[in-house]
Amino acid sequence: MRSERYIPYVLILPSVLFLLFLFAWPLVEALLLSVRGSGGQWTLENFQRMAADLYFQDALKYTLLLTVVIVPLQVVMALGMAMLLGGISKGRDLFLYVWTIPLGISDLAAGIVWLSIFTERGYLNSFLQGIGVIQQPQLWLSYETPMMIFVAVVAAEVWRATAIVFVILVAGLQLIPKEYSEAAEVFGATPWQRFWKVTLPLLMPSLQVALILRTILALEVFAVVVALGGRNLPVLAGEAYYWYNAYQNPGVAAAYSVIILGISVVATLLYLRLMRSKQDGAA
Amino acid sequence: MNLRLLYMFLAIVLVLWVLIPIFLITTLAFSDRPSVFAWPKGLLPQQFSLETISFFFGVEGVWKAIRNSLTVAAMTLVFSVLLGAPAGYALARYRFAGADSYRLLILMTRAFPLAILAIPLAVQFINMGIYDTAFGVALVHTALALPFAVLVTSSLFLGIPKELEEAAWTLGCNRIQAFARVVLPLAIPGLAATAIFAFVISWNEVFAATLLTLRERTLPAFLLTSLNDSPLPFRFAGGFFLIVPALIFIFIIRRYLFTLWGIANR
Repeated sequence: MRSERYIPYVLILPSVLFLLFLFAWPLVEALLLSVRGSGGQWTLENFQRMAADLYFQDALKYTLLLTVVIVPLQVVMALGMAMLLGGISKGRDLFLYVWTIPLGISDLAAGIVWLSIFTERGYLNSFLQGIGVIQQPQLWLSYETPMMIFVAVVAAEVWRATAIVFVILVAGLQLIPKEYSEAAEVFGATPWQRFWKVTLPLLMPSLQVALILRTILALEVFAVVVALGGRNLPVLAGEAYYWYNAYQNPGVAAAYSVIILGISVVATLLYLRLMRSKQDGAA
Repeated sequence: MNLRLLYMFLAIVLVLWVLIPIFLITTLAFSDRPSVFAWPKGLLPQQFSLETISFFFGVEGVWKAIRNSLTVAAMTLVFSVLLGAPAGYALARYRFAGADSYRLLILMTRAFPLAILAIPLAVQFINMGIYDTAFGVALVHTALALPFAVLVTSSLFLGIPKELEEAAWTLGCNRIQAFARVVLPLAIPGLAATAIFAFVISWNEVFAATLLTLRERTLPAFLLTSLNDSPLPFRFAGGFFLIVPALIFIFIIRRYLFTLWGIANR
């Protein structure tokens, strides 16, 4: 029996080593890269260069704005879809399949798909012309109309990534015993009350997972934005990419990635904290 | 009754919301050049044509990028199953000190910004001589796919009764034989789903692939870096071609989707 004890450790060891090599080590490297100068000395130069850059403030602003707009939209929509699925009896599997199709679609592909809609001679302009709103094609995705690029990115992200939230929430709903809701019904709770007082509080852990995951992914939004607006709508991950690729400056690129990580960590802690107190309040 | 109709209506609206953009890009990918630039456009395809698609495949570098993408995705698939399945098995079958910390480590890595990995790794990969290789990109993609592989295989092995394995032991199999002859055949469909999911993750990933390659671009990296100086038909055909495998794969693994994403609740 004694010889068995080491077996699980042998089994997980390769993956632990791999994750140390590809997560822990790069994390340390990124931090070091961001606070070291070209000569190897400690410096805040990279962060200063980043902060002084023309694109930095806009990148920070748009990244945060996108996250704040996209994530709540996705959660509300996914929650609605999950409840809707519970109310459907016919063709449930088909709806489930179609609604989750975007899970397999990459951010770059989603950006290109929505480019076909928002581009100058695209479907949106054709539609607007069809209903008589415009006569000539409008240019939506130029540097003069960052708000329209913003709207296009929101549309593409909601289209693509709501499915992830949806799947997490449906999986969470399946874990909630039906008895709770039935008991509430016996005591005369309306469907609305059952949703707010029973289902939603019990769904909190799944909501938390979905929110954390989606927020972190939204903070590194990149390819959708590049496909739709190039650099006309700067975002943090995009700037990291330009600084690394176009300017050949890994230090400043690393500084950007550290900023993204920092915001992600703060957001995660915030969710953990806020949603715990809510759970306590419900209990 | 009315409520049911309303539900059905909303559900169908959502189906259209998902499908119409896919339909539109498909239409464009199979139109001729004048239709792609036509204005105003009708919803329905004007003229079926392979001009756009064949133009896309005729662009220099596209085939190479597709080949690279397939290589990277295949490597990612193999690495994540080989590294993930044993760990999943350990989590499912053994209680051991550190199991919970290991689960936490896995969950944490799933919620990690990619930018912070890709940039230092690009620098280090140059030193290690694996920059601009399929292997280097596959390593990063494996890091993204591994958490899923571990969690899915763990729930997969949990679903296979331990008694079956124990019965095999009493009948004279050693551990490895029991696993290979009893557990593995039952686990094959789930393992295949894990592998396919790893493949899709790699096929779709663009940020790390772009940073870690220069000449050996994967298809998303190739598309991304040529977006700004390529004509619309090329972009639309590329976008369509990126989506196609995803549609097929999601269809194949649809039974496992909830294990893939829902597991964290348990």
